Amino acid sequence: MVAIMRCFVAFALSAMAWTACALPPETLRDLALGDNDAKAKAIAVAAASGDVGYLPLLQALLDGEVQTVGDAQILLVKGDTAVDLLSGKAITPLPENRDDVVINNRIRKELRTAIAALKLTAPERAVRLAAAKELQTGADEELLPAIGTALTKETDGEIKGLLLMTQASVQLTSKDKDTRLAAIRALAESNNSATKTLLLGVLEQNGDTFTEPDADVRAEAEKSLYAVQSRLSAGEMVGRVFSGISLGSILLLAALGLAITYGLMGVINMAHGELIMIGAYTTYVVQNIFRSHFPAQFDTYLIAAVPAAFVAAGLVGMALERSVIRFLYGRPLETLLATWGISLILMQSVRTIFGAQNVQVENPSWMSGGIEAISGVVLPWSRIAIIGFAALVLAMMWLLLTRTRLGLFVRAVTQNRTMASCTGVPTRRVDTWAFGLGSGIAGLAGCALSQIGNVGPDLGQSYIVDSFMVVVLGGVGQLAGTVYAAMGLGIVNKFLEAWSGAVLAKIAVLVFIIVFIQKRPQGLFALKGRMAET
Amino acid sequence: MAREQWDDAGAASGARVLTSGVDISHRGILYLDAISVSFDGFKALDALSLLIDAGELRCVIGPNGAGKTTMMDVVTGKTRPDTGTAFFGQTIDLTRFTEAEIATAGIGRKFQKPTVFEQHTVFENLELAQKCDKRVWPTLAARLDSAARDRIGATMETIKLLPEASRPAGLLSHGQKQWLEIGMLLMQEPQLLLLDEPVAGMTDDESMRSAELFLSLAGKYTLIVVEHDMEFVKRIAQKVTVLHEGRVLAEGTMDQIQQNEEVIEVFLGR
Amino acid sequence: MRFFLQAERGPESRGVSALGSTGFAPLGIGKGPRFARLLPAKGWLFYVAAALALLVAFPVLNLVVPSGSAFHVSDYTVTLLGKIMCYAIVALAMDLIWGYTGILSLGHGLFFALGGYAMGMYLMRSIGHEGVYQSDLPDFMVFLDWKAYPWYWSFTDHFWFAALLVVLVPGLLAFVFGYFAFRSRIKGVYFSIITQAMTYAFMLLFFRNDTGFGGNNGFTDFKRILGFSVTAPQTRMALFVLTGAALLGFFLLGRWIVTSKLGRVLTAIRDAETRVMFSGYNPLYFKLFIWTLSAVICGIAGALYVPQVGIINPSEMSPANSIEIAIWTAVGGRGTLFGPVLGAALVNLGKSWFTQVLPEYWLFLLGLLFILVTLFLPRGVAGLRTGLRRGK
Repeated sequence: MVAIMRCFVAFALSAMAWTACALPPETLRDLALGDNDAKAKAIAVAAASGDVGYLPLLQALLDGEVQTVGDAQILLVKGDTAVDLLSGKAITPLPENRDDVVINNRIRKELRTAIAALKLTAPERAVRLAAAKELQTGADEELLPAIGTALTKETDGEIKGLLLMTQASVQLTSKDKDTRLAAIRALAESNNSATKTLLLGVLEQNGDTFTEPDADVRAEAEKSLYAVQSRLSAGEMVGRVFSGISLGSILLLAALGLAITYGLMGVINMAHGELIMIGAYTTYVVQNIFRSHFPAQFDTYLIAAVPAAFVAAGLVGMALERSVIRFLYGRPLETLLATWGISLILMQSVRTIFGAQNVQVENPSWMSGGIEAISGVVLPWSRIAIIGFAALVLAMMWLLLTRTRLGLFVRAVTQNRTMASCTGVPTRRVDTWAFGLGSGIAGLAGCALSQIGNVGPDLGQSYIVDSFMVVVLGGVGQLAGTVYAAMGLGIVNKFLEAWSGAVLAKIAVLVFIIVFIQKRPQGLFALKGRMAET
Repeated sequence: MAREQWDDAGAASGARVLTSGVDISHRGILYLDAISVSFDGFKALDALSLLIDAGELRCVIGPNGAGKTTMMDVVTGKTRPDTGTAFFGQTIDLTRFTEAEIATAGIGRKFQKPTVFEQHTVFENLELAQKCDKRVWPTLAARLDSAARDRIGATMETIKLLPEASRPAGLLSHGQKQWLEIGMLLMQEPQLLLLDEPVAGMTDDESMRSAELFLSLAGKYTLIVVEHDMEFVKRIAQKVTVLHEGRVLAEGTMDQIQQNEEVIEVFLGR
Repeated sequence: MRFFLQAERGPESRGVSALGSTGFAPLGIGKGPRFARLLPAKGWLFYVAAALALLVAFPVLNLVVPSGSAFHVSDYTVTLLGKIMCYAIVALAMDLIWGYTGILSLGHGLFFALGGYAMGMYLMRSIGHEGVYQSDLPDFMVFLDWKAYPWYWSFTDHFWFAALLVVLVPGLLAFVFGYFAFRSRIKGVYFSIITQAMTYAFMLLFFRNDTGFGGNNGFTDFKRILGFSVTAPQTRMALFVLTGAALLGFFLLGRWIVTSKLGRVLTAIRDAETRVMFSGYNPLYFKLFIWTLSAVICGIAGALYVPQVGIINPSEMSPANSIEIAIWTAVGGRGTLFGPVLGAALVNLGKSWFTQVLPEYWLFLLGLLFILVTLFLPRGVAGLRTGLRRGK
């Protein structure tokens, strides 16, 4: 075991030595053998060179692992093997007359900064990121050139932002007024919210005196602050609108099915939330099947889950319609109660089968992450996908309602059941199919929800009140109403949230709807004419 | 049969809102002037003007969609006209009061489909319709005194439903329900009765009895009867108004109407 | 004038069959003292028996009869029955608006909870310094680092003020909500949904700690009421008797209302609101009256509930609770007043038994109950009575 370790260490050392060999010998001598001033100079050279080959040596110097044998050998020691950096050869056993390379705190500091500066140009993003983060707290004016160089070469936005911040915060402390002004002007371009804090720091006052003595600089800071704030709030606005649309698309999916069943049959289905839940659980089951049987194709499990959720929820819905709901037509209040009973049964069944805890549904990898819109606002792919999905479902619904026979029947029965029946429309069967359709869409909503939230037996309960609100607000009989109501509620909800927090926003929206309904009881888009009687 | 009687009855029962009563000093009891109502672009009433004298029995006929029911909706306050004025007597602006207030003021309406209280007995139906103070507290404390009982009994005799006094109204025949509704109207002691297809679904015998009843009511009350049954209209009408597409097409006696070219073309058919 | 007397006879002469009330009592119209016409003779017998049982028998069997004896009624039973009686009062209130006026509220639990919270505020104040933190303020306020009572807690250390709140808070909320809702003629299913939204909104509000009502823990750990220890058997029995008296009293109040002309107007509103309007009644005020009364009754029930059960938290305001109230009423039989009381008792006794014996199955059963009652028992258990009678 120890032998293996030794071989490994020897191998590592030779690797290091091999890279070290590429370093100029004068610098090496200065680093190891020179006095402190020479050492400092050499370190600066090393840092400025940007050559990452120096890194192991510098790190070793810091760790006290460099030793010399007179003038001839500079040894990098690990355990009881060493490598001579001058010749590149491994030296075993260790010579007796080794001297330590002594460094003091100043050199230590220089070494640390140089290491960080060198790491800034490392090929691996993670290394650069860590270095940039470290520099945020430890930088001073000497490092500015290194940061500058790194900035010219850096392509990653996050790291660049950090470096700019560091550069600016260093420059802000410069004695030179122009440097400070330049830094502040540069900061105006930032879209980082930490910049705001920095600029506010410049404008801070201690009683009567300002931290920043020069008025010009202060004025410039205010200008920059304004620019940054506008950019940030624009970014926030974009973020909020996006969240609003995202929430709206989810509400739309959830409420669309309910709008169909209520519009068609006047049935308020309290079990609608549970149909959503069934869709979510179906997705979970499909995910598990893929995970255990087709792990390689895991990323495509959604392609199977979507139709599965639709069919599962749709079948359950049709079963409900045939067994319970059809006997309660014309008695909306009783239907409400009966469907509540069904929802209790469905929830308890799911608890019995899958347990009362939430279950884990993982996003496929193409859904993770997001795209960056302006100023650091990240729009997650999963939500974008759901918005697209909702639009797709809506389009298909519209096509189905306007271009197919079934759709024609559904519309006819919604408008005048008796007349439709007289013209030969099989109203009972249309009811079953339409209920199945509405339930299937609820299943699709559940599938979508499983990607962005928790899946548990109570999933439906949190969406039932919202779905009702969309239906009540949007009016019955037209898809447009549902769309506008869902989107409107989503956006209003998110904007209110920014002001007053999620709970109060929800309450405000509910109150608003209650009040709105008083003024316009038929909702936004009601079926017009004399017939729409609740 | 003077107005004073009605006013006394009104005052004694403490009816609310319209203390002055209906002013029919100028003979007219219902004035509709250029009433227009549209529902989303469809003009149900198009500058309709109508004058009904107190004590008249006016029949209003017209094809479906002519606006007859909408006109009644405007008079009873169910629909507000877009333009035009509607007055009950000289002083009561119908466009400003609620249905209940208008009903208390003295306009009774019978619907196309008989709407009675199906779970209540005939007696209870009439008791509820009876003219009295219809606010919440007086209703809670209401006691049925013998004068009121007598009135209910008299009405039941008039509508020939005395034997069914304790029967739930839902169990009555269609014609009986119509009569019950008319009885309820009478209990309200209105000055103006709006009757929307009062004999629809009745047998000939029942129609004849209805005709007799209406004729006996005219003079004391003012009646506006909307009907499709031309035989019935001929039997009772003093004056007939023909509506078409929300407007008055013609007015006159039944004979005049039947000979009117326009009416024949539009309504009675060629 | 003979026909007038017919109105006073029992159901048989009135031809009650498929329609009409479940024939429980004759009309309030008729000769004789109003009081006597509230219930038929048999009904009065039942009533007096129930009164004796609740107000006399139970106290004796619990407090006087020693606990070893077979006739002893345990403290547990007393609390359970007290709780169920509170639910029965709520079901009664629900019957007034749903069974008689046709308004289905899915948010009545809110009024119950608000009454409970009002009483809870007084009880929390009465804990004094005996809480965990030994401070003037209730524990949850200390935990939130509050230094003083918020303004809406003022005067709640006085019992009479808390009692006033118990009546005023649900009453005012119901009045305002009802006024706006009924004025805009919202009916039927839409109305039910917005009552559900209302109770849901309040539940969310009360779950927040900042609202100052104990957050999701609510109020609990009561020590005393009006100076008497909350847990002492005498106090429990006193509360039990009070609840029983309230139930009996509200029952009579309900009978008085439904046998009056106002009651007939309410059922008329349920059956044909348009005709009611055109007969000169403004349905808004009648609905508002019964709605507000119903809410106040629920509030009082809540206030009686909290000291007996020892806790109140926002889950009382959950939509599920309110919907359960509807099912008690439906199971018992709408439009009878007596039915819902029975329904509340049956369902809650069942729940109490089931959740101890077969807890995982209770929700299945409850759901099934909802479905079966709406499909097969539209007139509830009380309807079975007339059904069976007709059978012969």
